[in-house]
Amino acid sequence: MTTFRKKFALGISTLSILAIIISGCGSNTGSTNTSNGASAESQTNTDQAQNTAGQAKAGGAVRVAMTTEPDNLDPYLSAATDTQSMMDNVFDGLFEAGENSDLIPAIASSYQVSDDGLTYTFTLKQGIVFHDGSELTAEDVYYSYAKLSGLNGQEPLSSKFSSIASIDTPDDYTVVIQLKDKDAAFLAANIVAIVPKDYEQQSEQPIGAGPYKLAEYKPGQQLVLEKNENFYDKEHAPVLDKVEFKIMPDSNSAVLALQSGDIDMIPGITAQGVLQLGDGYTVVSGPQNMVQLMALNNSVKPLNDVKVRQAINYAIDKDVIIQTVAEGNGTKLGSNMSPAMKMYFQDGLEDYYTPSIDKAKQLLKEAGYENGFDLTLTVPSNYQFHVDTAQVIADQLKNVGIKVTIKQVEWSSWLEDVYNNAKYEATIVGLTGKLDPHEVLGRYETNYAKNFFKFSNSDFDKLVNQGKTEIDEVKRVDLYKQAQTVLTEQAVAVYIMDPSRTVAMKGNLQGFKMYPVQKYNFAEMYYTE
Amino acid sequence: MRFYIRKLVAFVSTLILVSVITFLVFQILPGDPAQIILGVDADPQQIAALRETMGLDRSAGERYLTWIKDTLSGDFGTSIRYHRPVADMLVERLPVTLSLALFSLGLTLLVGLPLGIYIARKDGKLSALLLSLFTQLGVSIPSFWLAFILILLFSVTLKLFPTYGYTPWSEDPIGAIKSLFLPSLALAIPGIAVVIRYLRNTLLDQSRMDYVRTARSKGQHEQGIMYRHILRNALIPVITIVGLLIADTLGGSIVVENVFALPGIGSLLVTSIGTRDLPLVQTMVLYIAIIVVSINFIIDILYKVIDPRIRLKR
Repeated sequence: MTTFRKKFALGISTLSILAIIISGCGSNTGSTNTSNGASAESQTNTDQAQNTAGQAKAGGAVRVAMTTEPDNLDPYLSAATDTQSMMDNVFDGLFEAGENSDLIPAIASSYQVSDDGLTYTFTLKQGIVFHDGSELTAEDVYYSYAKLSGLNGQEPLSSKFSSIASIDTPDDYTVVIQLKDKDAAFLAANIVAIVPKDYEQQSEQPIGAGPYKLAEYKPGQQLVLEKNENFYDKEHAPVLDKVEFKIMPDSNSAVLALQSGDIDMIPGITAQGVLQLGDGYTVVSGPQNMVQLMALNNSVKPLNDVKVRQAINYAIDKDVIIQTVAEGNGTKLGSNMSPAMKMYFQDGLEDYYTPSIDKAKQLLKEAGYENGFDLTLTVPSNYQFHVDTAQVIADQLKNVGIKVTIKQVEWSSWLEDVYNNAKYEATIVGLTGKLDPHEVLGRYETNYAKNFFKFSNSDFDKLVNQGKTEIDEVKRVDLYKQAQTVLTEQAVAVYIMDPSRTVAMKGNLQGFKMYPVQKYNFAEMYYTE
Repeated sequence: MRFYIRKLVAFVSTLILVSVITFLVFQILPGDPAQIILGVDADPQQIAALRETMGLDRSAGERYLTWIKDTLSGDFGTSIRYHRPVADMLVERLPVTLSLALFSLGLTLLVGLPLGIYIARKDGKLSALLLSLFTQLGVSIPSFWLAFILILLFSVTLKLFPTYGYTPWSEDPIGAIKSLFLPSLALAIPGIAVVIRYLRNTLLDQSRMDYVRTARSKGQHEQGIMYRHILRNALIPVITIVGLLIADTLGGSIVVENVFALPGIGSLLVTSIGTRDLPLVQTMVLYIAIIVVSINFIIDILYKVIDPRIRLKR
């Protein structure tokens, strides 16, 4: 009967030997993370990364951990920010978004605006080719914009282009766009992807004119981009040969994978993750152009009284929230604009309401709520960050007699009740920033369909509507800065912070830049020796 | 024969029930699926167009009947999020989940059975005591934590296995085994612990039975009694447990697939629910229902093979 035992023992030992043999084969898992770059941490957009260490090296591949799956590879059908961050490398527009919320000419070499602000004339660079080898001409721009604006007779794909009246292409390298009304926000909309004419397979095999082209997409596993050797902008030609986006739903696994050298970059790492990594990695951190706020429904009692809203603002200490909930990784805000929008950001508003329990109580007394009131704070339960913030706020408001009940709801219920129908008292949410200030501040306009703040103020409406049509940039900036100040004075919401985006990379991976829009610009990145 | 017919009727009615419930749940869930798919910044125009493609402008009953009709004719529909046929997506992910299930089952049986017998035979001795302590640990450790510890030990520190991902068999068989080893182990360890504990208990119970005394008194060798009589009787509850484990892993091991970033059934199920991808969810739930019901069916038959005394009356 001993044979039985022998067989079992044999089984187990074979198994363990097998494990060792398997792991011995293949040498790609060797210790390759010899990181020599110093860990560079800076508060805002970092271009110091370039100066830190070493000589730039040609080629190489970068493996990036992404938590979500792309929603659609067609740039006109995708709505997910993660997808746009990836695919921005595949597509170029007439302009590209710069680091300082400025516009950099890309496919367009120059543009002119008529004096009445209704006619835009774009001149295209010559000799630009798409990934399929065909030349990019005014015809392709026409095709792309007709599709977006609905001028091709079909449903328009974007409301940003609804102001287009007509598009003309006098020659192969000139596009003349006629607007129905003055629309200063139109210029920033031109960062949209230009796609080849009559090509309808963008969802399966996207083709653009960007610095990288799609090599492979395996759902649930990876999306691989390959260097575009024929990229038109030689000065900003890509260095890295390959960019591999790995779909890794679990953020803890991503940190372990970076430690073991199986990936090279995590675009959104937690403070805890950075601690776990230790030294030898490049860590870049800065505002991500998001506004985390506690929205107050300006149409329900007692929040319809500006004094009550101001009292709430005085009662809340944002620094405490940033220190506890974000572990210090956040930029304090005072209005609905992130400092990532450098040009349009009105500074100084973040301390408009210096925390003061006395002032808050005084204001509540004047409003007739000396003994406080009950407030229901609705938060989407899938965002732990907002739920944690709600708990800190509930605690702080208790000091002035406001009894907060936190109601956690599912994201879909939040969309339906709060966002679509404004059936709520207070809520916490993060609003993603846009490149144009009108898209950010237009949310508060009285007639905006999804104005869930129920804010209505004629001064504010006037300012943003003037801003929409003002072509002079200096004047326009001033109008939107005033609009931000109105939001603060009226205490429409409690503007809390822009939670930092922290990116961790291998020590010798350099050149990562932060933009006010979602994009990871791999054309600027490289390895050092 | 009547047994099989009955089973078949139960099989089909379970599936119908499952399909109705999945469909109803999605009708009750709050929120407009089109809005959820497209998010906060979508144009009202985009949402209206998507509602139409999803058929949300038709009544629920009408949509259910269309879906059943299409499914019966082999058309499982197109995923709303991925714009691809649902059947293709399922077939693409099956190899991962199947290999994972086979690997972890193999590990569970290879390690669990011998150790279970060993621990029962050494009952009361120190080695058995230590082992049962370990099984206690194995049962109580959550699998995601176990997975992280395995990654930390074998991938980060020892650098023996990749930390994440799946290498297809067709590309590199050794790479495939390497990529599946740690996840299988993370899945198998709790299974191994459960099998050892069950086997030990039933073996000890059985060894106190009268037939064991009879076998001893007729002078049969101790090991013969163990393997020919006791083990056979003790296997029935073990098979039930193993059946449950198989059904569990074939239905996709959500936690382990997420931690190791494996493109299997489990991770697909999670994303499909999160994005309200109704055609995808319906087909996946149907697939899982089929797996569970079929495995129960197979186990019923196995009982009969192992113990012919079991009459499948019911």
